[in-house]
Amino acid sequence: MSLLDVRELHGGYGQVKVLHGLDFSVGQGEVVVILGANGAGKTTTIRALSGMIASSGDILFEGKSIQGQRPEQLCKLGIAHVPQGRGTITDLTVEDNLRLGAYVRKDKDIDADIGIWYDIFPRLGERRAQLAGQMSGGEQQMLAIARAAMARPKLLLLDEPSLGLAPLVTQEVFKQLADINRDRGTTLLVVEQNANLALSVADRAYVLETGAIITKGTAAEVGADEAVRRAYLGID
Amino acid sequence: MDELLQQLVNGFSNGAVYASLALSLVLVYRASGLLNFAQGEMAMVATYGAWELTERDIPVAVAIAIAMAGSFVFGALIERLLIRPVGDAETHALPLTIVTIGGFITLNAFAQWRWGTAVRSFPPLFGNGKITVAGAIITHQVIGTVASLLVVVGLLFLLFQKTKLGLAIRSVSSNVESSRLVGVPVGVVLMVSWGIAAAIGALAGGLVAGNQDLSPFMMQFILVSVFASATLGGFDSPLGAVVGGLLVGVFEVLIGRYVGIVGTDLALGATFVLILGVLVVRPQGLFGTAKVRRV
Repeated sequence: MSLLDVRELHGGYGQVKVLHGLDFSVGQGEVVVILGANGAGKTTTIRALSGMIASSGDILFEGKSIQGQRPEQLCKLGIAHVPQGRGTITDLTVEDNLRLGAYVRKDKDIDADIGIWYDIFPRLGERRAQLAGQMSGGEQQMLAIARAAMARPKLLLLDEPSLGLAPLVTQEVFKQLADINRDRGTTLLVVEQNANLALSVADRAYVLETGAIITKGTAAEVGADEAVRRAYLGID
Repeated sequence: MDELLQQLVNGFSNGAVYASLALSLVLVYRASGLLNFAQGEMAMVATYGAWELTERDIPVAVAIAIAMAGSFVFGALIERLLIRPVGDAETHALPLTIVTIGGFITLNAFAQWRWGTAVRSFPPLFGNGKITVAGAIITHQVIGTVASLLVVVGLLFLLFQKTKLGLAIRSVSSNVESSRLVGVPVGVVLMVSWGIAAAIGALAGGLVAGNQDLSPFMMQFILVSVFASATLGGFDSPLGAVVGGLLVGVFEVLIGRYVGIVGTDLALGATFVLILGVLVVRPQGLFGTAKVRRV
């Protein structure tokens, strides 16, 4: 049984249908990437999974349907979402952002966990008292990831973590994502345009085009696919 | 000198009331992004509720506490039943404003229908005693009004900075979507914010009625000053509401007393000019943050 099983996912905004029946799955401990160009439906897919927009079709998490649940309920079940554009709470300090990430937790280890994330991202520790909005894009992306991870999720959804970041910073972010997956066993579902980097950390990949999945396979298979190479890797 | 001191005392006393109501406005503005024109009338109705209790020989402090608790529930219900169904403040600013103005008119009409327009006396929460300091007369009510404000501010500070609920309230006022994604029950936070605002308003109403008299129009007299306080301090800053309230209170008293042409008749006009001046020179107020919108 997969951690996340999606069948015939339809969704969109009002009358506008964006997703036309997606089927995909994410196994326990996997890193799965969904590649797609602008407008392919990447963000819509992620938002449907985290309950931010209405959708139809089956969404099974740990074998149970989570279709129609609200974001705050899904968060309690163990699904965390790093939204596009990072979504840090810009008027709160770095530390408050991290504390907020643990909102659904009731245990006593929250402070210890904050310390762990300061070790992983030293920049956050140096700036713990600073407002999140005053940090650079890369630092905010790291904060957004750390904040989502503070909930100790089973599944971490990431919406274009590379967006608006310098190439070196993007590399650093993906390296950290790979570490989180390896060291903490957190399952990752990443939607991305940056195919090279995303495939380098992924186990499996899907390619999304105008709301439908056109290719799927292991990261190596998808990376070797002629159409993918032309469209996303800039290789003839 | 004695007289200046006396004027300052009066100014601080008025200002503490403005500050309390401005705090209510700011709490609602931070939560829902709208200006609740009915805030003063909610406080007025709550104060009539407290008055009904005092008429049944319930001590005034208990009566005001009960009115605050009732207002908390009432404020939360208004958010849930009248505000949220209308829509988001970003897309539905005008309909929401009309709803709060409708609330203003409805509550005022209700008070006139239920209790009449006659002025009633309301027992001062802190009694009728007074002390004299350096020639200035300071009533216990004045001391109590300022002390109440300080207690409210202290409790709000603890709530915002030291509790999980406070963290959630600050988070929702900054970014609703991200708050939902980390599991904050945004609806509950909005209701609590409106509830706290209404409870503080009820306290302010009880203080106003104790300083002056109880009437359906008592909050309308100070509404402009309260708006001026929130504008001066910055609509998204609780600290600004408090500082703004005290400054406006002192400003009104001093300008009314020492600027001959203004006098008591034009003091309210001077407050309007103050609002205008703030909006021209520093629209975000003293402590507010300028909103930057990406387009």
